Parts: sequence; structure tokens; C-alpha cells
Amino acid sequence: MADIRNNFIGIKSPNPFWLASAPPTDKAYNVERAFKAGWGGVVWKTLGEEGPPVVNVNGPRYGAIWGADRRLLGLNNIELITDRDLRTNLREMKQVKMNWPGRALIASIMVPCVEESWKAILPLVEETGADGIELNFGCPHGMSERGMGSAVGQVPEYIEMVVRWCKQYTRMPVITKLTPNITDIRKPARAAKAGGTDAVSLINTINSITGVDLDNFAPQPTIDGKGSHGGYCGPAVKPIAMNMVAEIARDPETHGLPISGIGGITTWRDAAEFMALGAGNVQVCTAAMTYGFKIVQEMIAGLENWMDEKGHASLSDVIGRATPNVTDWQYLNLNYIAKAHIDQDACIKCGRCHIACEDTSHQAITSMVDGVRHFEVIEAECVGCNLCVNVCPVEGCITMEPLAAGVLDQRTGKPVSPIYANWTTHPNNPMAKVAAE
Amino acid sequence: MATGHFIEGIAGGRLSSEQYADNFSDLHPPLDHHEALVEADRCYFCYDAPCMNACPTSIDIPLFIRQIATGNPLGSAKTIFDQNILGGMCARVCPTETLCEEVCVREVAEGKPVQIGRLQRYATDVAMGEGKQFYKRAEPTGKSIAVVGAGPAGLAAAHRLARHGHDVTILEARPKAGGLNEYGIAAYKSVDDFAQAEVDYVTSIGGIDIQNGKALGRDFQLADLMRNYDAVFLGLGLGGVNALRAEGEDADGVTNAVEFISELRQASDLSSLPVGRRVVVIGGGMTAIDAAVQSKLLGAEEVTICYRRGQEHMNASEFEQDLAAANGVTIRHWLQPKRVIAENGKVSAIELEYTAMSGDKLVGTGERLRLNADQVFKAIGQSFVPAHLNGSAEQIELEGGRIKVDAEGRTSLAKVWAGGDCIFGGDDLTVSAVAQGRDAAESIHRALTSNGRA
Repeated sequence: MADIRNNFIGIKSPNPFWLASAPPTDKAYNVERAFKAGWGGVVWKTLGEEGPPVVNVNGPRYGAIWGADRRLLGLNNIELITDRDLRTNLREMKQVKMNWPGRALIASIMVPCVEESWKAILPLVEETGADGIELNFGCPHGMSERGMGSAVGQVPEYIEMVVRWCKQYTRMPVITKLTPNITDIRKPARAAKAGGTDAVSLINTINSITGVDLDNFAPQPTIDGKGSHGGYCGPAVKPIAMNMVAEIARDPETHGLPISGIGGITTWRDAAEFMALGAGNVQVCTAAMTYGFKIVQEMIAGLENWMDEKGHASLSDVIGRATPNVTDWQYLNLNYIAKAHIDQDACIKCGRCHIACEDTSHQAITSMVDGVRHFEVIEAECVGCNLCVNVCPVEGCITMEPLAAGVLDQRTGKPVSPIYANWTTHPNNPMAKVAAE
Repeated sequence: MATGHFIEGIAGGRLSSEQYADNFSDLHPPLDHHEALVEADRCYFCYDAPCMNACPTSIDIPLFIRQIATGNPLGSAKTIFDQNILGGMCARVCPTETLCEEVCVREVAEGKPVQIGRLQRYATDVAMGEGKQFYKRAEPTGKSIAVVGAGPAGLAAAHRLARHGHDVTILEARPKAGGLNEYGIAAYKSVDDFAQAEVDYVTSIGGIDIQNGKALGRDFQLADLMRNYDAVFLGLGLGGVNALRAEGEDADGVTNAVEFISELRQASDLSSLPVGRRVVVIGGGMTAIDAAVQSKLLGAEEVTICYRRGQEHMNASEFEQDLAAANGVTIRHWLQPKRVIAENGKVSAIELEYTAMSGDKLVGTGERLRLNADQVFKAIGQSFVPAHLNGSAEQIELEGGRIKVDAEGRTSLAKVWAGGDCIFGGDDLTVSAVAQGRDAAESIHRALTSNGRA
């Protein structure tokens, strides 16, 4: 049986599935339920400075987009950090940690960008017995207008500065949570590393408007006729998050820096993908907010089964395995040639592959052969783009089949070259590197 | 004293009023908003969709379903009505299981097609419920056209002609318009007087004058119409019922199934409608099923359909056969009627003979079966009655006993078009009649306006 116990920067949990800092982790009641359901750890909802707590809007806090059958694909929120009293949160955290010593409990913190504020809160958090802290440099709404959250995360110098204070004033491991609302995720990651962070976690939510009320011409969620951007999360952001995780994992300056992966993780497979790209564990929020805490059971069993099936004994056999295969476009092998292939037994003849290819791509799929509705790839036209695979409603019906070296590519009329050749040396590239003499 | 199912002979009041109401409620209740959205999401928006090609009126099904899914039911209804102005009734009565839904790729993939018929009903119900009219009449052309028969073909033709600016007079023999929609469909397929509501919806475009109680050959002649109108469309339907050719079929209690169905549709109080305790229906088509199931729903104890060939030869779809079975109707195959046995002039039993195929010929085996029955329904097909057309000076050409038309619905007479069940080569479906009426109207329009230009 695969061992899925997780050791993330010295913080141990029975599995790599943590709940992210968010509404599901705002109080003991929820966190107790999460631990009972099997979650390996939680990042408690972000604590603020001592004093009057933040206030939230009293109208809708969430907006969403949906796929077919109203499956929630993306969720957006304008909720702020915890609106409960700091002392209450700390008291509950301490009790929960005592009740669940084997689970990870991380405190998320967001206080003003001044040394005194951080210096003041860190001992209070440390006293709860929390396993570590996560610096919320990601929240893109509300708090950022007050110079916190993503307002810090968007300035690498501030990140480095705050991380340094934290490392100075607490013995707890520090995880720096990054905002995706920047152009190059590597910069804040490098800054966090320079400040001495133990790990980064990403992504926080993305600036977004999920909808517009067309009767009132107001963005959604709408508060008394107005709306502001919220933070976007859920399955829709997973590809963006995975790219950012991979960018940090393969950046020579941050390579090896532990990463807690966040962004649309809904199933064991999502989690495995994040870890393969370099995440040491994962954090989940929207999936729990959509389906409840029970989903972790599917994640645990699914991950174990997959690892058993593939012979991966522990998470270290998985983490970062895909990182070396993430590269730049210019290094992709231009001599690799694949063609779409349609399994006629699996085909249900919806014709979507045909019309997608015919209208928008390369006219490489038939719709009628000898007067019969029949969808087949015309190899002489197929550039191997994969669009048909992506629009086909039947999984596995259309596959991309690589051509073996030496086989004639009917499109170009040339045999497939066995030699790896990329853009850097391609004759059409005006900047092509000429082989060293 | 025997009550309910067990009253001997042909009797009414076999059930409580609640049972009648329940038995004759909507066979496929309408989808509510949520159900419609869930179902609409199942559609793959196929290219050159098989469902659309299977529809005799070529409704753009993927488009209308997508319009439901995107919260545009009115747009969806227009997509349907563009091709089929009787889309509401067709949504209820089409044998979708042998048309659009049979070829739905979801049927191919999962054995569970998208419920196209019910989605079509959802969209058309929304539009008709709002009284939304999508079409304005074109400028008056000054041409007038007579339509004979206010059934699906006639109504579809009339609507299309009215749209093009022509004036239409519909001459209908029966007291109500609607044809088989009004008189011939099982009651549980068209509840709440939908047929009449649809006639009102169709005719509210204007320019359509329906004259009821006007029968061809009795009240007017085809020659009159050809003289007085610029064109004539014949949507006569089938007036005749095939005989059993069984000894004693004139006995009391032997009835045409179509008359029974029609009476049932027009009955204001179902309990007043008598039905036998033991009913035998002879036939294997939709009419046989409709008569049998409704007999059962009216409280008959025992209903048996006898069909002279095998199950695979039945015209009734598998769905219809299952419906009959689910309602407790027994379907027996390879039996043909030989003799109706009467007591005191009333039917008491029917004697049938077993049949078999001998080569490609159906023959009686000689073995006989006697079924007790106090009511026998004949549902062995209807036929076109050409006699009424004979008033015209010129004879209209027939083929296979029905009116011969070309691909556009033109008959052998220059100013006369025809469509629906009265023409040769059709499939006796409401939806096909609509397609033929619509296409004939376009042909008439082209003929009267030099290629569509007034």
C-alpha cells in the first residue's frame, strides 16, 4: 500500500490534502468536521491584527460560473479575512490542535506591512501550538485596498521584508502565499526565498468579475447595485495555477523551494498533477465548498490506488517528477509528428470533431464517406493539433498517435526524422544558433 | 351486483371520477424549468445532427435545444415554428422514438436519447403560453386559396400561405378544426384542449377563415373551388375504415376504433363513455394501441389486441407496444378475425384463426381461437375515399388509392395541391402532414407569384 503521509517543511500530516485558508477553516466547528472527514491539515482562515475585527458585506459574497448541468467551474469571492475576534480564533486553534495533534494546523496571517504589527502577532500565534504560519500576500480584494494581501504580494521587496521579519520573530516555519495577479510569478517567489521563507504556497485567487446582471447592468455578486472584483478560484483556475507552480519549480533560482500547490484541486488526479509539477502537498478550498468535506475520501483513496498501480511507494516518488519535462516552446521537438486517430467503435458520430476541424482548423476530418455518416482523419491534412480530441465528448475515442521515425508524413510528403530538432536550430529561425565549429 | 371493471357488457361509470382524471392525465407531463435545463445540457450540438435529419419537418433541433439551455425559450420556439408551426402538437404526438430520438447520438452511446420531444414541448409551451406570435403577414397579394380540411396538413399550409400574404379559406367537414389532432389522438397525449388552443394560435396570424361543417362533395365541389380560388390545397385525410372481412361484423358492439377514439376525445364526461368488460382490438398500428389503452383506462377488465402478423411487423412503435403492456393490455400475434359471435344481436365473442407465413404469403393455419368479448374494435387501417372528389369536371389522378402528387405536392390538376394522409407515398404521421402542407404552400406561393416575387 502506498504511503501518502506528508512531511512538508517538517510539518507532518497523514496525507497531503490540506484545506486552504478560507471560509471552511474559519472556526473550530468547521475544522473539527474537516479533521473528522479525514483532511490532513488546515490553514486556518487568515487572522488580522488585534482590535476591532474586519467587517464583511452583508449581501452576496460569492459569484460563480458553471459548466453543463450547472457544475460549478469557477467561484469568486469578496469575503475578507476572518471577521471574528483574534483571541477567539487563537483560543479555538489551540484547542483544535490539542484535539488533533496528528494533523497539521497552520495559521494564515495578514497584518499591516509594518514590523511592529508582525512582531506583535507572531508570539500570540506561536502560543497556540500551530505547526506553522502562512503569510497571506494574495488576497486580491478589500484588504489589498488597505495595503495588505495582494498589495504586498505584488511588490517583491515588501515580500522579502515581511518574510524576513517573520523569520526573525518566530521559530515557526513560514509559508509565503503568493498572488497570481502579477506578470511573472518567479519574482515574488525569488523575493520570498531571499527573505528566508521555508516554502511558498500558490495560487491565491485571481481578480475577476464572474458575471453581469443584465437587468441592472451590475457586476455579480451585486451589492446594492454595485460590484467589485473578487478572487477567482475553482477548477477553472487550475491550469493557471499549475503553470505558476511549474515556473517556480523549474526556475534555477527557486528550484527546490518547497511549494504547497493551490488552485482548483478537486480530485486525487488534480492533486497528483500539482505534485508531479513540484508541489510538496496541496491545499483545497472550492471543491470542499462545493461538495463538502467528504471529497477528501475520494482524494485519499484515489491517490493511494494510483500510486499502488504505478508502483510509487511514497509521495517523494511523485513530487517534482514532471518538473524536468516542463520546458520552453523553443526546445520542443519539431520533428515529433502525431496524427489524430478516431476509434470507430467508440465514435458516437456527433460530428463535433469534423465541424471543429472543418470550420476552425485544418479540414482534416471527414463527415461523410461513400454517402455514410463517417468521421475519419485525413492524414494528409492533419497537423496533429489535438482540437478534435478536446471537443470529442467520448474520452479516449480520439487519440493522438505519434508517427514512428522513418514513416512517411502524408501531409509534408517527407519521412519522419528520428533526430530531435527544435526552433533554436530551425532554418526558418532568423536567430537560429549555428552549431559551434 | 358487479361493479367497476366487472360489470358485464358495454357500460360506463366503471371508475371513480378521480380514476378517470388520473388515467387520462398527460402521458408525458411537461418538463419544468429545471428539468428542461438539465435535459438541454445533455445535447452535444452535433454537426449535421442525425435528429434533425430524421425530423420530417427538419427542425434545427440542436439549435432549439441550445436556445433552451441559454435561457432563450422564445428563440427556441421560433426555431421550431420556422419549420413546423404545429411544433406544439408534434412535440406531444410524434413517435420520437422512431424519429429524432432514435438517432440521437446519446441513444447510440448510452441508450438514453436527449428527450427532444419534451424539450420541444417546453419551448413551444412557453411561447404559446405567452401568446407570442413570431410571424407577420406579408403585404396582401390579392390571391385567395382554398384549403380543404383543417387537419395538420391544411393548417400548416394555411399558416404558410397567410404568412406570404395570401387569403386562405379552410373548409372543414367536422364541427371543429384540428383534424386528427382534435379527433384522432389518444386523450392522454393531448390534454387541456391543446388541439383547439393550437388551432387558435396558428390562425391568429390572420388571413385564415375556417368554415366548419363544409364537406367536399356535399356542400361544395372541387370544381367550384378551382373556379373561385387561385389555388386549392387538399388535406382531406382518410375517410374510410377498412372492414374486418369477418362473418357477423355488423353485430352490436363492433365499432371502428377511430370513432371510439374520436368520441372519447369529444366526451365532456368520461364516465358517460361506455366500454366493454372484455374488449378485443383487431389491428397492429397506433390506432389499435390508442383504442386498447384507452379502453383499459376507461375501466375495461380485459383488453386484448389481436394482430395477424408478428411483433416485428407491427406498425405501432416499440414504445407504444410497451405502453399498452404497461397498462395491462395483452398483445397477441398471428391471429386473424374469422367470425363475430353475437347473442341477441350483441357481440359476445370473436373467433380468430391462427396465421403463419407460407413463403412470403400470410395464410390461416386452420386452428381457431375463441375470445370472449362484449366489444370489438376494428383498427386495421383507414383508406382514402376518393368519391368526394368526383364532382370535379376533371378527374384527379390517384396512385395506390390515394392522391398522386409530385415532390412539391402538386396533383395532376393545375391549380390543385394536396398533402397529408390523403396523398400517396406518405407515412401517415402528423409531422409528415405538416411538412407536406408547408411545402405545398411554398409551391403554391411560387406558382402564384412568379418564383416568390409578388
